[in-house]
Amino acid sequence: MKRKLLTGNAAAAWGARLANVDYVPAFPITPQTEIIETLAGWFDEGALKGRFVTLDSEHSMVTAAASAAVTGVRVFSATSSQGLLYASEMLYAVSGYRVPWVLVNVSRGLSSPVTLEADHNDIFALRDSGFLQLHASTCQEALDMVLMAYQIAEDVRVRLPVIVNIDGFYLSFTREPVEIPDENKAREFIGEFDAHNISFRANVPLSHASAVLQGSIYSYFRYEHHLAAIQAISVFNESAEKFEKMFNRSYALIESYMADGADYVFIMIGSFATKAKEAVDMLREAGSLTGLLRLRMFRPFPEEEMKKLLKGKKAAAVIDQNLAPGKGGVIYTETAAALCNEKEAPFLISYIGGLGGRDITAEEFYEIEKEMRKAAETKKPPMARLLFSEAELEAVRKLQGIAGVEKKNEQRKN
Amino acid sequence: MSKEKIKKMRDIPFERLLASGTAMCAGCGALEALHQIYDILGKNTVFVNAAGCMTLLSVYPFTPFRGSWLYTSMASAPAAAQGIRDALDILIEKKRIKPKDNMQVVVLAGDGSSYGMGLSAASAAIERNLDFIYICYDNEGYGNTGQQYSDATPHAARTSTSKSLTGFQYYKKDIFAIWAAHKPAYAATIIGSDPLDLAKKVEKAKNMKGAKLILALSPCPTGWTFHSNETVKIGKLAVETGIWPLKEYADGKIVHTKIPRERKPVEEYLKIQGRFKHLFEPQRNDKLIAEIQNEVDKYWGHYNH
Ligand SMILES: Cc1ncc(C[n+]2csc(CCOP(=O)(O)OP(=O)(O)O)c2C)c(N)n1
Ligand code: SF4
Ligand SMILES: [Mg+2]
Repeated sequence: MKRKLLTGNAAAAWGARLANVDYVPAFPITPQTEIIETLAGWFDEGALKGRFVTLDSEHSMVTAAASAAVTGVRVFSATSSQGLLYASEMLYAVSGYRVPWVLVNVSRGLSSPVTLEADHNDIFALRDSGFLQLHASTCQEALDMVLMAYQIAEDVRVRLPVIVNIDGFYLSFTREPVEIPDENKAREFIGEFDAHNISFRANVPLSHASAVLQGSIYSYFRYEHHLAAIQAISVFNESAEKFEKMFNRSYALIESYMADGADYVFIMIGSFATKAKEAVDMLREAGSLTGLLRLRMFRPFPEEEMKKLLKGKKAAAVIDQNLAPGKGGVIYTETAAALCNEKEAPFLISYIGGLGGRDITAEEFYEIEKEMRKAAETKKPPMARLLFSEAELEAVRKLQGIAGVEKKNEQRKN
Repeated sequence: MSKEKIKKMRDIPFERLLASGTAMCAGCGALEALHQIYDILGKNTVFVNAAGCMTLLSVYPFTPFRGSWLYTSMASAPAAAQGIRDALDILIEKKRIKPKDNMQVVVLAGDGSSYGMGLSAASAAIERNLDFIYICYDNEGYGNTGQQYSDATPHAARTSTSKSLTGFQYYKKDIFAIWAAHKPAYAATIIGSDPLDLAKKVEKAKNMKGAKLILALSPCPTGWTFHSNETVKIGKLAVETGIWPLKEYADGKIVHTKIPRERKPVEEYLKIQGRFKHLFEPQRNDKLIAEIQNEVDKYWGHYNH
């Protein structure tokens, strides 16, 4: 084991290296590119043995990744935002190949307008793709989740590909101290790649991903896929237990920070949860019983765990770093669905924040805490909130002035 | 000594490796070519399929192939070929499988995929000199979805999306030239109605390393509207009229493998297909027929035959 200052990107690349991956099909996109450049370098210098190849697009990249996995090698790849969506036809298709491999997505807002900064609309657009999803909130977790992802993906009960999500800029380009596990221990943790009953070999013919012509056959395979995905909950827990024994870091499906015994909780995902932790510390100091629940696994959705952790809470604020236009926050919706038959469910309030990397300030967390209290007292939760300050609005108005928005409106009227 | 063993008709293997009873239409020209190709390539192959008519060859739990098959998507079959080839190479290098477990990777894609949506992936694969065979069965339209026009549809042909009296406005894209411009290991046009020419070319491709194209004009009774017993006749006419030049590219040179000494008028090919019926009925459209003839004459004019 050694300790090093690593960016989230480098940490994710280390995860792939320690997993001893055979094959990395790639395509560049900011803020992910450092991952594939790092891996390309390791293949060049022989630290990794196998192949690195740049495809013509992410659509091709995902196809090559999955086809190599069907042939029987351990595969890693990475992408972000537009790339993830460009590949989306294949992400849906190849999760049904039922072969394990790991894809890192470095979250970045989707166009339009085009941006390089982080939010989760890219990764949540793929929430129903059939890939499992793990979300890191620190650089250390970026590495550790990649390792755990291989173990979960390759488990016979699961056999599904996994996306590990890290936030663009906030993690991808931020250096944090990271413990790099010992190579041999990492190999012992994951084990040799075992293709099980899916591989292409001469004299062992295999027809894979063939067409089906009946709803019942189709449904059977889709149900199998779903049930396998759900198995990943207990497989994650087993993997986390093994991980803790070997590496001394413990990971739960949902990270609970001061949430035990709290009356109010923030519910979040990704790196911005570290901002919430600071706010929780301050609120606790001020005497508020507030905590944080941070989803580490999003697919499968850890429904039972969520219900258990929210039981008896007075109010919960889901802060979504994504926006489904015309609906609202994705995590809010999924959490609400999980709670709909619960007797002791808290009031649930929806907040949208952090789009395109927009900061969420300490003051906003304090304000949210106030609204949770009020909701519990009045038994009337407020309508969904879009976080935005007056200062920001003023700044945008100035830019609109430069862009001549007012003038154009005038001209149109005349 | 050359590796090629097929010189005469009787040298062609006739094992009928590809099983019958598939869901293809009677008289399918693509299946006609595939039967012959498969007899030469053999069962140590993995076919990577792009969405199209041939996707229905392997319908769960059946397959006519003795070897392997992977269905991908309309645009990315060549990328799957890359993934499989790379993975097999890695497994052999790392001694996780034996060299005898190796297989030839073969893309099977239609014209809609090959001339259009899948071209980026194919171009990149050729550029990397991927060791694979690319079979494009060209039925000159999006057959599986009901024969709409594609980039491969010929001038004046009537399709589900070009139903006017003048048919398809534009001209067929020259995918062979696009492949040749990439300087692949090999590229050839074939047709199911010329088994010897087909067999020689497929055998050649089989014995070469690198990217190889086998481009098969595939008369399609359903999409072109002709009787299913006329597939061979139409295929022969495509060659005899000069509409479908049989040729190959290797070592930077294009060579015609069959030169029609006296080219038959294109009319003979056109008039027996429903998709060109509007050129003859209710009134003869001399202008369009001449446009088609001119294109063919212009092509062969370049070669001074
Ligand atoms: C991305 C995508 N768009 C559209 C389709 C629908 N589709 C399926 S097969 C097909 C036609 C393919 O044409 P071609 O490659 O010429 O093969 P053919 O059907 O003629 O055998 C189309 C458009 C698809 N499967 N995928
Ligand atoms: S539509 Fe044409 S290409 Fe498709 S199966 Fe029928 S005959 Fe063959
Ligand atoms: Mg076609």
